[in-house]
Amino acid sequence: MLEAVIVSGVAIGAVYALIGITYNVMYAASRVMSFTSGQLGMLGGVFGAWFILRLGLPVLPGAVLTLSACALVGLATEIVAVRPVLASLEKHLYVLSTLAFALLIQQFVAIEWSTEPQPFPRLLAFGDALIDQKFWLPLAACAAVIVALEIIYRRTLVGRAFLAIAEDGFAARALGLPERRLRMASYALAGVIGGLAGFAGGELMLAFFANGPLLSFYGFVPVALGGLGNNRGAIIGGLLLGLFQQAASFLVGGLFVSVATFVVFIAVLLAAPQGLFGAAAGRRV
Amino acid sequence: MTPTPVWRRALPYLLLLAAAILLPFTGSTYWGVIATRAAIYWVLVAGLNLVVGFAGQLAIGYVALLALGAYTTSVLCARTGIGMVPALAAGGVVGALFGVLVGLPALRLRTFYFAMATLGFATIVTQVALAWTDVTGGGVGVPGPSLPAPFDTPWGFYAACVMLAALATWMTANIAASRFGRALVALRDADVAAEASGIAKAPLFVTVFLFSGAAAGIAGGLFADLQTYITPDAFTFDLSVLFFIAILVGGRGSILGPLLGTLLLTALPEVAAPLVAWSTFLYAALLLLIVLLMPGGIAELLDWRNRRPLTQDRVVLPRPALLADLLPERHRAPALAVRDVRLAFGGVRAIDGLSLDLHAGEVHGLIGPNGSGKTTTLNVIGGFARPQSGSVVLGATRLPQGAPAARARHGIARTFQTPRMVGEATVLDNVMIGGGVTARAGFMEAALRLPRQLREEAALVRRARLALGAVGLDALAAVRCDRLQHSELRFLEIARALLAQPDFLLLDEPAAGLAAPEIHELGALIRALAARGVGVLLVEHHADLIFAICDRVTVLDLGRVLAAGKPAEIRAHREVVSAYLGA
Repeated sequence: MLEAVIVSGVAIGAVYALIGITYNVMYAASRVMSFTSGQLGMLGGVFGAWFILRLGLPVLPGAVLTLSACALVGLATEIVAVRPVLASLEKHLYVLSTLAFALLIQQFVAIEWSTEPQPFPRLLAFGDALIDQKFWLPLAACAAVIVALEIIYRRTLVGRAFLAIAEDGFAARALGLPERRLRMASYALAGVIGGLAGFAGGELMLAFFANGPLLSFYGFVPVALGGLGNNRGAIIGGLLLGLFQQAASFLVGGLFVSVATFVVFIAVLLAAPQGLFGAAAGRRV
Repeated sequence: MTPTPVWRRALPYLLLLAAAILLPFTGSTYWGVIATRAAIYWVLVAGLNLVVGFAGQLAIGYVALLALGAYTTSVLCARTGIGMVPALAAGGVVGALFGVLVGLPALRLRTFYFAMATLGFATIVTQVALAWTDVTGGGVGVPGPSLPAPFDTPWGFYAACVMLAALATWMTANIAASRFGRALVALRDADVAAEASGIAKAPLFVTVFLFSGAAAGIAGGLFADLQTYITPDAFTFDLSVLFFIAILVGGRGSILGPLLGTLLLTALPEVAAPLVAWSTFLYAALLLLIVLLMPGGIAELLDWRNRRPLTQDRVVLPRPALLADLLPERHRAPALAVRDVRLAFGGVRAIDGLSLDLHAGEVHGLIGPNGSGKTTTLNVIGGFARPQSGSVVLGATRLPQGAPAARARHGIARTFQTPRMVGEATVLDNVMIGGGVTARAGFMEAALRLPRQLREEAALVRRARLALGAVGLDALAAVRCDRLQHSELRFLEIARALLAQPDFLLLDEPAAGLAAPEIHELGALIRALAARGVGVLLVEHHADLIFAICDRVTVLDLGRVLAAGKPAEIRAHREVVSAYLGA
């Protein structure tokens, strides 16, 4: 039984971690925490089911189309909900604009797709020997994303430009970096990562419109607790959250899980508002 | 501009009330149900409006409190058999308690975190309602309660809901117009200035969350009655979205705007029947449009007065003679002493062993190059910065460090290097923010317009007008503050500080950005303040002003006192001349 708890906990935790990274990638490029992060995960599942099951495409083109579609949604987030707000004086309005955009996505899917959970296709014809693929696919996707991000950020010029903007957008712009194009690229990348979370975890979570707010919350918990922009914190926190939820739901039942997650989230944030690994805020006067 | 008369401000509400009273005569039960629903929603939104529209806290999960109120009322009625009225009151209590519980994180968390916390709470309440079958009936649900006669018919129930909605409107409008409403807006738009004015965030927020939670709980009980049967499905997140968006569509800091917003959003899907399925989608689209194109909402559209052009070439002409009325003769406060304060930001020593005495009735200049620790000194005195060692002593009392909101009660007021104002509030309201610390009437006294509240408010208005006259801004009292020019804001900050009737006034570069004649007027005003017994600590770069009006000057360099004494001594001090003044 312990094995089942660990396997499913790590799988769902990997999905949370990927959503957490989605938050971080957007945040690094724009200092914006976007409610669309979880919606991208939801879309990964819905697009996957639509392309592969409804339209009957093979898995590989289906995956490529799903991730491209999610990249476009990420891009649209930047253009519609983030850029206009960053240009205005009241930057905290991003909370509202991204919430509105997330709701638009969610409602559109609810109406045009379905309000019931829909089946998600089996992706691979092999790989169920030791553990069912639906459990190891999210973890593999998570590992792939970490390696890819590490290569992009540390080894490529574009990646270094991403880091420069994350560190100090103002100085980066003064150095002549094309901040806006890099921000758009970051949002597209975030779209791919979020979409991958939903696609790899599709069989686990199904293609369901209500996964959006759920993932937005459970993906944000590790980010908030680990400190914003900290991918390591997001991964560790995500996996721990997944394990905690599965263990708790096995031991004491599902109701307790969401209440406990919420209480831990609030308690830790009240004790350390910047997250466990975050930096303190600057002076006010 | 003259202030709007009361009857004209009340007119839109009275028209809405008249429409609500006339509605039953149309005989349309269909519209009756819709209007009942709108009234119930408004009871919740009116309370939430104080949280979202006034305090600026993005509480997006208030459907949770609606659900709690609905379940409390229904379960009490169905399982214990008590009447709906006490059950409704219990729903209000539960709503208030959970309102505080959900609201508390707002004291520490930043906007998005708080929004997430309320969102998380909303999902949990529905899950608990589903899982706790013994009490809530789970997915099957519980029957809703019913009000006793004569409110048990559809129109009777409608009347009850409209009365409660009118009460909610009246109470929140009273709160909005009181020092509590001004304090909420000040915390939202100029939190540092609010704290310097003696507004403590925590008790105020707890009170407001109690109030709005109670309103939401009561709305929940009424909602259960309207539904006749409640299941967790009735409390979808879409409802939260409706409440939240009604406020933003209406415009923040307004009562009428969100009221119209609630009516609009409740009626919209009914008017356009084919759109019902798309209603939440449309709300979201509306929210996006409002945020991007019209952040002021309906309220700003309706604000014709502030679109009229102001007179150009305005001159600030202070009338220090009015100070006699504003600052009555009192016994002089003991000296305010800064004792051996040391404060470092990381490795940088901002203040390094500073001592300084500020006497009542004296103007004390604090000068020095940039980075010499002048503003940090003000921050230590004002309680914003915590020194690593040393103390601030008033007479025999040692003032607590890091508690800026407690300073106003000790008679210490201040202004800021960049004026910190509530741009959306009128000039008069901005000044009155400073006077909240002198008022005693409580939150419920304000909500119900009890006599003490009315007396204090009238006195506050009178003193605010005096203060505006004293600094020369009385002609602009009814103007939105963000339409003022920079020099006017400088004088406005002084007026706000004066309303706390301070013994000590800390001015942080009040002459920066002023024209020469204005600096002259400012100097005369500061001298007049000292003559009324106020001790002024003046941080300035205009050496002429300093030497013209100060009784005493302290020169800082690298966080230490380089020289202190009479202006004439300082002007002749060799090191000061070479380090700072120049030959």
